[in-house]
Amino acid sequence: MIRLFYNIKQAILQIGRNKGMALASIFAITAMMLILGMFFVIVVNVNLFTEMVKQDYDTVEVYLMDSTDTKQAQTIMDTLENINGVNKVQYRTKDQALEILKERWGESGYLLDSLGDNPLPNSVLVKVDNLSAANRVNSAAGKIAGVESTKYYKETVDKLTRVTNFMAIAAMVIMLFLIIVSIVVVANTIRLTVFARAREISIMKYVGATNWFVRGPFLVEGIIIGAVSSLIAAGVTYLFYGRIVDAIGVKVMTILSSPLVPAGYLASNLVIIFLALGVGIGSTGSIISMRKFLDK
Amino acid sequence: MITFTNVTKMYGENVGLENASVNIENGDFVFLVGPSGAGKSTFIKLILKELDADAGKIQVGEYDVTNLSNRQIPQLRRKIGIVFQDFRLLPKKTVFENVAFAMEIMHKSRRQIRKRVPQVLTLVGIGDKAKRYPQELSAGEQQRVAIARAIINNPKVLIADEPTGNLDPDTATGIMQLLDEINETGTTIVMVTHAKDIVDRMNKRVIAIESGHIVRDDYGQYGYDEDDDYREEVFTDD
Repeated sequence: MIRLFYNIKQAILQIGRNKGMALASIFAITAMMLILGMFFVIVVNVNLFTEMVKQDYDTVEVYLMDSTDTKQAQTIMDTLENINGVNKVQYRTKDQALEILKERWGESGYLLDSLGDNPLPNSVLVKVDNLSAANRVNSAAGKIAGVESTKYYKETVDKLTRVTNFMAIAAMVIMLFLIIVSIVVVANTIRLTVFARAREISIMKYVGATNWFVRGPFLVEGIIIGAVSSLIAAGVTYLFYGRIVDAIGVKVMTILSSPLVPAGYLASNLVIIFLALGVGIGSTGSIISMRKFLDK
Repeated sequence: MITFTNVTKMYGENVGLENASVNIENGDFVFLVGPSGAGKSTFIKLILKELDADAGKIQVGEYDVTNLSNRQIPQLRRKIGIVFQDFRLLPKKTVFENVAFAMEIMHKSRRQIRKRVPQVLTLVGIGDKAKRYPQELSAGEQQRVAIARAIINNPKVLIADEPTGNLDPDTATGIMQLLDEINETGTTIVMVTHAKDIVDRMNKRVIAIESGHIVRDDYGQYGYDEDDDYREEVFTDD
């Protein structure tokens, strides 16, 4: 416990003696984290959008042959309901289907009135638990007698998933790069304070201090720099993102029928991620900067 | 206490120490003499494992220094006190803190530190200077602080690298008396020096190193003319 206070006190003194560099590295790391935050915001929102789409598209439409009567339809529904992964089945008559179509066409809906016979088939809407179940249900339903064809939005979902995965990987690569740069920045800053205390360190080593004893204050210094940067970055991201949500959140909702991730929720996650990252960067940087000094 | 067996240390082409064998017994007081660059600093750095020997075996107390892992180096150094020509005190710490520092490293409690530091400061004759800063003290007093720091953890060996090099003769005499007293309590002392008068007066064991070889090991006189008495540079490669 005494050691901890000693380390923190030393670290603060060191930062005080070397304000310029400490500020510069806090600035640099904050900037990196802001870029990181931007990616995080994008990835999180695309993810949410994909999830929303997946929810909408967790339905397999099973079209029935015209010759199928109500009794046969009931049998088909029973069969479908017994498939593993099926959540709910719902019968939709061809008239209901036409109504929905009309609604969707909106003002141009009257065009459908000119159709003599309703060309749409009766159908069963099968709600499935998840996307992999959709695959299974889709192929199973196609084999049932009286089923004309089936349809679900596999491709759309697949594409979205691919986009999300790509964004996640791109974010990782950039993140890795930025983390390395941040570590180098911290290491260089701390190296300066190490130089300033080189004599003291050599005396410590002569007297028999262990490497961890010598490292302590510098480790804390790195952690403080990392933590301060991460808190600033999280705060700034929260403020900016909050503004964005306020400004265009509603519009996004109407256009994509998917909301933006709420700023508060994002911020609480971001603080944790950034802090972990900042502490990691700070401690790694300080350990690297001291490696040469602690050889012997 | 300290045993060198056929120890060789090369710096590239240059000889630091070649095939050196020496046995320093527990409680000995040894002067290490010789021209600058002869290998005295190498000898001391090998004891502290600041350098690794290329060949041979070094034993310090229970430690096989040649095969000591880096992790064990702090343990070894806690058994060895060291005093430098330039004192190497921390200017921003008081005398008390400078000495206490060596106990903090050993994770000693505050109570132990508060009890032991004044004792040792009194022992080295500066009991009244605890709250002063090093730059407020005379050179001799600063060296006494350094000695207090070196002996606070009761080391088996005290290494003094030209401890009187920066001191006037009278002050040097005082420091030598102090080292002699410490030696009488059973601490082995190895002292590097160029001070002919001190060596001659003390009449202790003298080991002379020249060009990396031990050329003399007996009791008595300094053995070099005053003209050969080079002032050695402080070794600053920390």
